Amino acid sequence: MTTFFDELHDRFPDLVRSVDEPVSDQVVVLLNGPDVGEITQYFIAEHQARIVSVFAEDRVSAEGVFYNYYVFDRPGEPSWVILKVPIPERNPSFPSLAAELPAVNWQEREIQDWFGLEAVGHPNPRRVALHDNWPDVHPLRKDFPLETALPAFEGEQHVYRPTYGEGVFQIPVGPVHAGIIEPGHFNFAVAGEPILYLQLRMFYTHKGTEKLFENLPIHRAVFLAESISGDSAFSHGAAFCQAVERAAEIEVPQRARFMRTVLLELERIANHIADVGAISTDVGFAIANAHAGRVRELVLGLGETLTGSRVLRGMVAIGGVRRDWNTGQVVAIEKMLWVVEREFRDLVAIIQSSDSTRDRLEHTGILRPDKALTLGIVGVAGRASGIDRDIRRDHPYEAYGQLSFKVPVYQEGDVRHRMLVRIDEVTESLQLIRAAVALLPEGPHRAPIQPIPPDCCALSAVEGWRGEILHWVRTGEGNRIERCKIKDPSINNWPAIVEAVEGNIIADFPVINKSFNMSYSGTDR
Amino acid sequence: MFKILHKSFNVGTATADYPSIAPRLAEQFRGCPEFDFEAWSDARPASEACPTGTIALRDSNGIRQVTVDYGRCIFCGECESATADGAVRMTRSFELAATDRRDLILKAEYALHPNGTHATLKASASGPVAEEPGKRIAEAIRNLLGRSLAIREVDAGSCNGCEQEIVALNNPIHDIERFGIHFVASPRHADMLLVTGPVTRNMELALRKTYAATPDPKVVVAVGACGISGGIFGANYASLGGVDTVIPVDVYIPGCPPRPEALLHGILLALGQLRQSSGSLSKLGNLPLINKT
Repeated sequence: MTTFFDELHDRFPDLVRSVDEPVSDQVVVLLNGPDVGEITQYFIAEHQARIVSVFAEDRVSAEGVFYNYYVFDRPGEPSWVILKVPIPERNPSFPSLAAELPAVNWQEREIQDWFGLEAVGHPNPRRVALHDNWPDVHPLRKDFPLETALPAFEGEQHVYRPTYGEGVFQIPVGPVHAGIIEPGHFNFAVAGEPILYLQLRMFYTHKGTEKLFENLPIHRAVFLAESISGDSAFSHGAAFCQAVERAAEIEVPQRARFMRTVLLELERIANHIADVGAISTDVGFAIANAHAGRVRELVLGLGETLTGSRVLRGMVAIGGVRRDWNTGQVVAIEKMLWVVEREFRDLVAIIQSSDSTRDRLEHTGILRPDKALTLGIVGVAGRASGIDRDIRRDHPYEAYGQLSFKVPVYQEGDVRHRMLVRIDEVTESLQLIRAAVALLPEGPHRAPIQPIPPDCCALSAVEGWRGEILHWVRTGEGNRIERCKIKDPSINNWPAIVEAVEGNIIADFPVINKSFNMSYSGTDR
Repeated sequence: MFKILHKSFNVGTATADYPSIAPRLAEQFRGCPEFDFEAWSDARPASEACPTGTIALRDSNGIRQVTVDYGRCIFCGECESATADGAVRMTRSFELAATDRRDLILKAEYALHPNGTHATLKASASGPVAEEPGKRIAEAIRNLLGRSLAIREVDAGSCNGCEQEIVALNNPIHDIERFGIHFVASPRHADMLLVTGPVTRNMELALRKTYAATPDPKVVVAVGACGISGGIFGANYASLGGVDTVIPVDVYIPGCPPRPEALLHGILLALGQLRQSSGSLSKLGNLPLINKT
């Protein structure tokens, strides 16, 4: 680690102001200026680093500057590197990295929209997080009150690029879709059946979540974290609690860490089973979805036994979990896992017995590994396209460091392999829960609650069932949150769908979309 | 093919019998909280602990007015944990759907002590009355909708938690089609809009257009704490709050998210409502059924 510090100082003597390790697995490098192009190239070239997230913070009233934060992950290194970059109020702009690093495309534009900091040189600087008919406001600036009542919007909500050519036409879809899914707008350019080009507009469900965190008492903020993306309620809740626990140096009891691990895996199983069923039904194999729905109910029932809520809400808390488990509940896990395992095996056998299903899933919606790498695709979608990353293994949290498991990785990148990753992961998760239950330590389930000091910052990462969830918090005065940055894996992965649908027939879009299964609410917040 | 038939044969009937038989709930299941207003000596800790503003206090002139709004409640149980005297208790009730928003609100007035506690209950208003959906449903559907009810689900900005439970209505356990109810792909085919919230600024127009595209007679059901009141998100620069700030709502289904049986209860209640407010089919042409004053 020291060599890394020294090297940074030697290479960039004018740029690097200080290097600090405020939290054990996080190195914060404070820079003198906003140009991170060179240092980013160095991280990527010399350390094979990956850019994980870019986000901003308004510290104008406190320190007279905005900050941009660039989070990097280096293979084999447990600690994250966070570049902290001051941006002066009088010159609210920063050089864009998006042309070289498409992975930050949306995130830089989000900073433009929400903070009014211009990403200079961005190849596509149009709005992403605010729709085109919004007035010129920057909601995450501290001088913008949460309750601001904006006037009625006028003009077009979106302006799309036109598509020209003989026989080429555009199909607008959404935001209200045919199925029971979340809202977003898709604009397909097609020539006959095949899709030439897809334009996406998200952020229909933007409800001011990051702004809502600011000034919220921490004990209430946990519930807001559970509502970032309802299908990942426990993962987001845990990611938020971990961030606060790290910032405030709260030691979570071992028992709670194992309990959280069980519930994180239970959430993964429930959602993967639902996706396996939904992918089948999107190619007309409805019986598989019926069985999947039935098996999923078993998992949700177990969740209710363990947390009082089918979707695991109201359980995770700062310092541990809200309720302990008795012997009966622990036995219920063992019993139910056995049934779920048997039923899931039968479900997979049924799906694999159908040649017509396989025919529809294979070679459909291919995301090539090189594209996936460039776009910074994470989670299930990444692992189906050759990206061997899993936060549980690479940056162990909760009890994962004490458990062993396999991370399935495929190179094919089609719908079928995104389903196979899920199937493999369900099997692994079942084993993980068994192992965690076998090792479940005695002791308290929650650390005593103490006041949380202000101005502590920390990052936390959780491998949600969909992929890498990141929370970064700064605590405030009076047990409140000053800033909470949320990165759902969906924001990384939407660009993948644009790649994957190209050349596919439009009738396959639903199944391709489902195989990625992004969270619109997690994206939009 | 043999494998599929064999499995189906082995599984048999998976469907639950709700509402004729009560659902099997886990012992740990948390429904809505219950308030013993007589015994409640201090509402402040519960109000402070509540993440969504379900329990609101107003003190003036030695009087404390306590308002409990089930339309905001997410059933988290923090009020119970925060209340020392046992006056707040989590129950297993979930059939809370109401046709009138006011039915979800309880009010109590106390004489205030100088130390901030309160003892004497001065007045209270009764709570949510679970309405019996029961047997009139089949009749209502048959008479009005030709044995079928078509629902268009609209996510007007939810966190997708409610969508998860709405999707579960289609699985073989809850199997909403056994009532002749099915989800359709277009509002133009729908009799009912099932709307989750909060309604965001970005979804306002789409929700209005969807409502306009749904032929009369139609009913609107607001789902979940956020759909009813904006829930934990409330109203802010990006969120307008509950569904009824944008379109008229006929039935409110509390929960976060409402479990599938709670959704069924609310949908069936809405059907009763449809019949209730009909005299003849010609009269139905002039709905929307607005309950609010």
